[in-house]
Amino acid sequence: MNAAASASAHTPADVHTNEPLLSVRNLEVTFKKGNTSFSAVRDVSFDVMQGESFALVGESGSGKTTIGRTIIRINPASKGEIYFKGKRISGIIDKETDSWVIRNIQMIFQDPMASLNERATIDYIVSEGLYNFNLFSSEEERREKVFRALRDVGLLEEHAERYPHEFSGGQRQRICIARVLVMEPNFIIADEPISALDVSIRAQVLNLLKDLKRERGLSYLFIAHDLTVVRYFADRIAVIHQGELKELAQTDELFNRPLHPYTRSLLSAVPLPDPDLEKNKKLLVYDPATMHDYSKGLPSWREIFPGHFVLANDKEAEEYQEMYR
Amino acid sequence: MLPTRALTVEERIMDTPNIILSAKDLVVKFRVRNKELTAIRHISLDLFEGETLAIVGESGSGKTVLTKTFTGMLESNGRIDSGSIVFEGQELTKLKTDKQWEAIRGAKISTVFQDPMTSLNPLKRIGIQITEVIEKHQKLPPAEAKKIALSLMERVGIKNAEQRFTDYPFQYSGGMRQRIVIAIALACKPRILICDEPTTALDVTIQAQILDLIRNLQREYGFTTIYITHDLGVVANVADRVAVMYAGQIVEYGTVREIFYDPKHPYTWALISSLPTLAEKDKPLYAIPGTPPTLFSDIKGDAFAPRNRYALKIDFEEEPPFYQVSPTHFAKTWLLDPRAPQAEPPDAVKIMRERGRKNTKQTSEAQQ
Repeated sequence: MNAAASASAHTPADVHTNEPLLSVRNLEVTFKKGNTSFSAVRDVSFDVMQGESFALVGESGSGKTTIGRTIIRINPASKGEIYFKGKRISGIIDKETDSWVIRNIQMIFQDPMASLNERATIDYIVSEGLYNFNLFSSEEERREKVFRALRDVGLLEEHAERYPHEFSGGQRQRICIARVLVMEPNFIIADEPISALDVSIRAQVLNLLKDLKRERGLSYLFIAHDLTVVRYFADRIAVIHQGELKELAQTDELFNRPLHPYTRSLLSAVPLPDPDLEKNKKLLVYDPATMHDYSKGLPSWREIFPGHFVLANDKEAEEYQEMYR
Repeated sequence: MLPTRALTVEERIMDTPNIILSAKDLVVKFRVRNKELTAIRHISLDLFEGETLAIVGESGSGKTVLTKTFTGMLESNGRIDSGSIVFEGQELTKLKTDKQWEAIRGAKISTVFQDPMTSLNPLKRIGIQITEVIEKHQKLPPAEAKKIALSLMERVGIKNAEQRFTDYPFQYSGGMRQRIVIAIALACKPRILICDEPTTALDVTIQAQILDLIRNLQREYGFTTIYITHDLGVVANVADRVAVMYAGQIVEYGTVREIFYDPKHPYTWALISSLPTLAEKDKPLYAIPGTPPTLFSDIKGDAFAPRNRYALKIDFEEEPPFYQVSPTHFAKTWLLDPRAPQAEPPDAVKIMRERGRKNTKQTSEAQQ
């Protein structure tokens, strides 16, 4: 694994500053139960730049959520490091750094029906983080912060006194986003933020997340399985399968020149809303056992085209280079 | 004229105008906290034998409730207020007790639900869950039921069916569980298979496999399929015909190509416009403003009017009738009235229209 290579895994076009906001280096996350252990994430490295939307795409069980949870320190990293603004935030860190991490990195979860306290008012839910970190000097200031966060996500001040059950799914996801915004974070981890929402509401939430990025220079780690959404939202995409990154590239590059057979099988599986295309398409199935021959040479992380990385051995790397000649 | 797979829908409908199920002027009401809610408002729908019909709409539009009336599975506070459902010459609205329903539900009309974990019993072995259906409906001895169950498991793609027969649901992956649910639904060789969001809980790669499986089984067993989904990608993949639902009504229906390449109802336009696939990256996605109307009170005019930027004055006053666009395509919007002003559909719809035209042209050239 070449960490230096993935550190340059971006092309200047998309990068707002050269300093990565978040760096994940050779991350491994292992879950233990009794004598058995299971590595959910193995040797994962990537950078998220300031102002960038970086997407992690993979199926359930691929470890994409585990990576998100490890960044905000819910799961401990077994190996490797995570740096935020150049400061190490994985492993043992002091209390001050810990609260700095919580204030600056916030997470939006998948299911807005399950992630709000049903017995608390919206006012309390949104200000819980403010209470925890004493981020206000007066009651007025706290109220003002809550109102501002609600307005930012398109809700009304009067909503503060209500309870979660009075809101629709799309509105609840906005409350989750308001609760994140009130902390004024730099970096948001959005774990499948729209997959539990209705089609007509998805567009509202996606637009909101995009506007916030443009207006405040927020950066996102967008965790998803839906490639059509990711294509619209993300600047760069990393494809993860069984705990390993398989491919990483700019969004258009990945869709135009997919290299890894797993990426290609994912792209072929996405149902497109176009009957003529859909009814004539060929499904590609990824079968690692027959598709990779690693008896001669183990795979490593390589840059095939500028900024386009893939996990491959020598022979595969050559084939990939030929593929789009 | 159209891209040819075995038979086009139009041809199939022309050739075999065999209606397997027909709902007429159906009204379904629910009693909720002493108030009455009208979930289905005068729906008429014909289902043709052997076709795949997809019903699309947002949550609360009534798509699940509609199909639940076909199997007598309405919640206890719900009832069919008026209208009729005729299946194989039998009036289903007259069936009252579970005993009466037994000959239909699970035997002739089966349902595959969204979440395979909740539709299987976690405490029972997989094999028993399949055989009990066969024993009950076909009155076969256990040994023979087991034989059928094993062959069904192989049919739906379970390898080593014999060994996996005694496994519990938790030992199966999500995709495998959904395969078992499909096996159970097919155990009695139903005439109609209702798939209620069958792949929403599954990964895309697994989803594609399950859709393929249902399609192959349909060809083999010759049943009719109703898909309920909100995913227009899935609809494009599976459907012959599409019905779009809004606020308890069907607002547009037609062949899958008519609905995607030449939709007429502003709600269908809005659904297609909000898809990220057709959007340009630097422009915001089209979001349908507002929320669906409450079904507790009577709806005046077109239910979509308050959210519809194409709404005419009459939309707020009088409910539009169905206008015929083609022999198979109907839409319930005043925009199709000869007196209505010309409405310019959104860009996404124009893009789709162009694509459809190009494809039709290509295939007709190829045929010449």
